[in-house]
Amino acid sequence: MDRILADPGVRIVVCCGSGGVGKTTTAAALALRAAERHGRRTVVLTIDPARRLAQSLGLTELDNTPRQVKGIEADESGGELHAMMLDMKRTFDEVVLAHTDPTRAAEIFANPFYQAMSSTFSGTQEYMAMEKLGQLHARGEWDLIVVDTPPSRSALDFLDAPARLSRFLDGRMLRLLLAPARAGGRSMFSLVTASFGMFSRVVQKVLGAQLLTDLSGFVAALDSMFGGFRQRAEQTYRILQARETAFLLVAAPEPDAVREAAYFAGRLGEERMPLAGLVLNRVHRTTAEGLSAERSRAAAEELERSGGFGAAADALRVHAALAEQATRERRVAAVFTDAYPAVPTVEVAAQPADVHDVDGLRTVGDALSQP
Amino acid sequence: MRASEQIPGQVNPAWPARLHVVTGKGGTGKTTVAAALALGLAAGGRRTLLVEVEGRQGIAELFGLGPLPYEERRVAGTPDGGEVRALAVDAELALLEYLDMFYKLGAAGRALRKFGAIDFATTIAPGLRDVLLTGKVKEATTRTVDRRRVYHAVVLDAPPTGRIGRFLNVTAETARLAKVGPIKTQSENVATLLRSPMTAVHVVTLLEEMPVQETVDAIADLDALGIPIGKVIVNATRPPLLTGTKVNQAELRRGLAAAGLATDRATVSGLYAEAKAYLTRHELEESLRVELAELGEPMVELPLLPGGVDRAALDTLAAELLGTQ
Ligand SMILES: Nc1ncnc2c1ncn2[C@@H]1O[C@H](COP(=O)(O)OP(=O)(O)OP(=O)(O)O)[C@@H](O)[C@H]1O
Ligand SMILES: Nc1ncnc2c1ncn2[C@@H]1O[C@H](COP(=O)(O)OP(=O)(O)OP(=O)(O)O)[C@@H](O)[C@H]1O
Ligand SMILES: [Mg+2]
Ligand SMILES: [Mg+2]
Repeated sequence: MDRILADPGVRIVVCCGSGGVGKTTTAAALALRAAERHGRRTVVLTIDPARRLAQSLGLTELDNTPRQVKGIEADESGGELHAMMLDMKRTFDEVVLAHTDPTRAAEIFANPFYQAMSSTFSGTQEYMAMEKLGQLHARGEWDLIVVDTPPSRSALDFLDAPARLSRFLDGRMLRLLLAPARAGGRSMFSLVTASFGMFSRVVQKVLGAQLLTDLSGFVAALDSMFGGFRQRAEQTYRILQARETAFLLVAAPEPDAVREAAYFAGRLGEERMPLAGLVLNRVHRTTAEGLSAERSRAAAEELERSGGFGAAADALRVHAALAEQATRERRVAAVFTDAYPAVPTVEVAAQPADVHDVDGLRTVGDALSQP
Repeated sequence: MRASEQIPGQVNPAWPARLHVVTGKGGTGKTTVAAALALGLAAGGRRTLLVEVEGRQGIAELFGLGPLPYEERRVAGTPDGGEVRALAVDAELALLEYLDMFYKLGAAGRALRKFGAIDFATTIAPGLRDVLLTGKVKEATTRTVDRRRVYHAVVLDAPPTGRIGRFLNVTAETARLAKVGPIKTQSENVATLLRSPMTAVHVVTLLEEMPVQETVDAIADLDALGIPIGKVIVNATRPPLLTGTKVNQAELRRGLAAAGLATDRATVSGLYAEAKAYLTRHELEESLRVELAELGEPMVELPLLPGGVDRAALDTLAAELLGTQ
């Protein structure tokens, strides 16, 4: 991993994987290491970090711009660490502002559909993460941008969401709703087909006429920005395919997460996006390799039968359970490594407690950099 | 009281609600727990309905079946004649069904669908989608035939903690969009059911920091919304391995020797490090347990079942939930 972090040709590292596997932790640990050890001016874009982790990175407010993280050990290397938390609604607002005049923007912000979509549309978070990455990249201020991805169930959502959003914006419904506005029609739906007329009647009955007015207002207002939307999504997509980008897949040694990682690796290949490695996070390893689970358990039972040595029997039972878990996890991980033998894999041990301070991130960073 | 001794139609005193909403952080075991609860409540020859709303086909996967259609289907039975049916609610089809009920749309409804109108409507207004989903759940919960309830209980495999407040707070979402009309009425009816003792929201968690934090946050949210909390379900717990005796290296070495094992430095210090890490973990879990207990909600613990979740495992979990093992 150090090779990637030190390589000046690598400007973007994307950490992806299924929900809860450690994407945010990995992203923060890598960014910290890049700043401390490799002297890079680094920014990490986190998404929904655990509260305590956010606090220890100094992210107390969600202001949607990077803040320098103080108190890291980068004096020698000369690196810097900046961190930010994605604010999805704010990013959406920024996009609107960038593509339209203030009056129009104010109209859009006031529209209830915009409010619903900017805070709950499935895929908005993924799209806005891409958008923010594009913005950070365009600013050109950083040597390295480390991106975390949203906590969706499937890692693929991150790749698919922007396409879904632009498909939606291209949809037939939207075009129909726009038809009258574009044709300069006076009455909102005067120019559309009979079945659409029926649709609007139904909508009026079920949802009320106000809703339809709001909806067409929203759609008309957004119309001016569609081109910009799509263009930006495409630009970011190209950045993701570029050589300066490295994708890191994060997985926990559990069947679902590993299966998901294998799917994702396949998809990255199809999209010609560069997969740099697999991070197998929260793995369990024994520190007494010589002693098998069976022998250990048998010995614990023997000690219990003969009495005394309660603590030793306990320790042997802990060891047996750990050794079994390690074996199980190796078997699970092999599903990925057998399918993608060429992808380098690093393991990060499960820490006894959660990782939420800079020291914890350093420990994870060290593990990530084991050859 | 054993479930099988209960009088048909009467609620289980430990699980008095009719609609059980199961939430929790992603991956904590919502689907598993919901299925186990549906099985448990079906004991004694009853019929329960297990519902999912996120288009994930998690129920089908759990019971090893092909994708479920938007239709109530038997997925499991209990030895005493109970039955679990399952339903994967599809928001689009629910909207069509709903429109049909009010407006007799027939073929026109299908045309709307082809048109992308339904997809559009439910995409652009997620609140609308939630009203449709919860509306269907309400309909099943209160459905009667010959003045008798069709389902003894309905168990909902709900969205995760991060979205549960918004999902269940249907009136707020629709009030923003629909100021009048049947959707508004519908959402008000759903809201009434969700705030009544007919409903209980159960939160599934693991003994890990983030799931516990989300549990605490979700319960505060739901409380503020006036939605009744059922139980906190602590899933995948492990019996403690340490009896509480303090471990030190010298004693460990003597113990290993007594058991006829190697007592080299690497083994002794390795085992010692493992025991210490285990203890740290264990203490953390204990403090999380205390934090959960302080919520003051009833708690149930479920064991981690090695070897994954099959039907036998679901029966075990069901018995744990209902206290009938
Ligand atoms: N190696 C590790 N050892 C112990 N705990 C870990 C480790 N890696 C991550 N964690 C903990 O696991 C939890 C989830 O990690 P994290 O937030 O990084 O996952 P994520 O993939 O970003 O999750 P989400 O999909 O919800 O965004 C956090 O509480 C974190 O502290
Ligand atoms: N008590 C248990 N013992 C062993 N494995 C369990 C237990 N509960 C759940 N699991 C396993 O944990 C994984 C996650 O469970 P499940 O799918 O029920 O979670 P979920 O909360 O529904 O997840 P999602 O948020 O993805 O819908 C599954 O592989 C399941 O088999
Ligand atoms: Mg995260
Ligand atoms: Mg599930």
